[in-house]
Amino acid sequence: MSTFASSRETTEGRIYSVTGGDWEDVAREIGSAKEERVIVNMGPQHPSTHGVLRLMLELEGETITELRCGIGYLHTGIEKNTEYRTWTQGVTFITRMDYLSPLFNETAYCLAVEKLLNITDQVPERASAIRVLMMELNRISSHMVALGTGALELGAMAPMFFAFRERERVLDIFEMVSGLRMNMAYVRPGGVAQDLPSDALSKIRELVKDLRKNFKDNEKLLVGNTIWIKRTKDVGYLDLPGCITLGITGPVLRATGMPWDLRKTQPYCSYEDYKFDVITADTCDVYGRFLIRMQELEQSLRIIEQACDKLEKLDGAPVMVADKKIAWPAQLALGGDGLGNSLEHIRQIMGTSMESLIHHFKIVTEGFRVPAGQAYAPVESPRGELGAYLVSDGGTRPYRVHFRTPSFSNLQATSAMCEGSLIADVVAAVASIDPVMGDVDR
Amino acid sequence: MSENSEDKGMFGVSGTGDTSGYGGLVRQQVNAGSTPRPYGSYFDDVTDELERAYPEFNDAIERVVVDRGELTLYIKREKLVEVALILRDKLLFEVCLGVNGVHYPQDKGRELHAIYPLLSMTNNRRVRLEVSAPDSDPHIPSLVEVWAGNNWHERETYDMFGIIFDGHPALTRILMPDDWPGYPQRKDYPLGGIPVEYIGATVPAPDERRSYR
Repeated sequence: MSTFASSRETTEGRIYSVTGGDWEDVAREIGSAKEERVIVNMGPQHPSTHGVLRLMLELEGETITELRCGIGYLHTGIEKNTEYRTWTQGVTFITRMDYLSPLFNETAYCLAVEKLLNITDQVPERASAIRVLMMELNRISSHMVALGTGALELGAMAPMFFAFRERERVLDIFEMVSGLRMNMAYVRPGGVAQDLPSDALSKIRELVKDLRKNFKDNEKLLVGNTIWIKRTKDVGYLDLPGCITLGITGPVLRATGMPWDLRKTQPYCSYEDYKFDVITADTCDVYGRFLIRMQELEQSLRIIEQACDKLEKLDGAPVMVADKKIAWPAQLALGGDGLGNSLEHIRQIMGTSMESLIHHFKIVTEGFRVPAGQAYAPVESPRGELGAYLVSDGGTRPYRVHFRTPSFSNLQATSAMCEGSLIADVVAAVASIDPVMGDVDR
Repeated sequence: MSENSEDKGMFGVSGTGDTSGYGGLVRQQVNAGSTPRPYGSYFDDVTDELERAYPEFNDAIERVVVDRGELTLYIKREKLVEVALILRDKLLFEVCLGVNGVHYPQDKGRELHAIYPLLSMTNNRRVRLEVSAPDSDPHIPSLVEVWAGNNWHERETYDMFGIIFDGHPALTRILMPDDWPGYPQRKDYPLGGIPVEYIGATVPAPDERRSYR
């Protein structure tokens, strides 16, 4: 047993730990051993675990008898850190949780802060429409990663290239609007950080046209593809009762035929004004989840178009609440040294009004006070229900910030999906959950 | 928020740091108790249905609070599992979205709170359960038998707050290393961090900076 690094006796018998070496030797020696069970430790550094997910697999031959997840490798203490910053600064932290869909983190958090402030009705229509527009663009870019990496992990290279090409186009829009491609901290309590640039809507419309065409082309690569169907059909099975008891939401739940989408059932940001369909599948498997993500792209495009129409009508309307005691300056401008407060604003606070200067200083350094209480605001992120639970003690900083993240909850389903199946299907099952480890560990 | 705590001063500076002249302000935070009926929305229906389905309602539920369009039921910890089963089976709150903790060190005898957001997909309703335990006896019954998805959430709450969920199949740390000392998200646990050095100046760690409260 030279290939085995060590062995130890446990209550379940002798357990060998394999830590590398030539797999042919390992397989031969395992074959000669009387014991059939093998424990394989997959990750946390593994190309198909979406970051730093560690999977512990107990195998009998190629069949998985038990699977456990090890998480926590990307724990960054975002919830704790946020307690030491003002309510507005908090956005900068929480945008980094689910780094593939930052705008959903920001919107959930800001909706909860607005609920605590009792200003949900005062958030301008234009700000809500911009949030919807940005979130749906973000849903596309996030689904592109899910579909692209999911396909790559099962051996399909081309879909990944195309998916990342489309994602890049969406990130360009983010860069144009917010200055950043990821973690943009664009949504703020009370509205958004700044209005859209003047040529944004025409560029977005152009993008929608291109994406619609490209999605149709991309579909041909995988939808109905025999190899793809063989790898995904009836793999990673999880039915409705399983989803309900495990608290699974998002595409995994909708793949059981349950049309549960918070945008429809409990609308926020005026989603009730937009026409779109909730996509479901009835296969409960990886293929169904894949089809749902594919078709949700078209629904997002529809919402984006409607949001563009809405924004054209609301041109020039405010994007931040009128209450100056809450609203951060939302007239940012791009200067020679990057994005900052507009010269007009600087001229006013520095040149004309002492009170404006004091106010600006106070709101930026001290922040605003939020009445004591607790609030929970859920949004439908690309992965499922993302809920922000906030507690305020009446101060300028959150007393407690907790995020009920879809990746964390959904990742629990890995064991239920994989136990009893083949080891090669683990990768497909995990990819269909689409966990983002930053979202899991926070 | 909880138990008539008060917050003195405007800028949160203790000692002589406050030169604003507003240091004498005292903000009183009063424990409001239960919200008087009617609650509005579907909250009356939920509480009525629960009262009908659960005869021990008055004994088990300490407070019913409706605030900011959300219904919170404060439940005695020894009755949690009973109430949860009735909410799941009779009131059709099929989904529990997990549990998270909040630490209120000033709330003597009820320092640790566990919060369960429930969701009924059938009726499209939400309700929040809140359970408290003293720091000296941080035990709350586990709900993994009722909603299997609470497994990781309870481990996380144990990891971060040290609440022991009795009956959990394997209550171990989940995010922090297994041998980590202390419970990081409690209020008495420092944020930590290291001072940031610049040439000729140092910025202290985030939790040691002077800040507005």
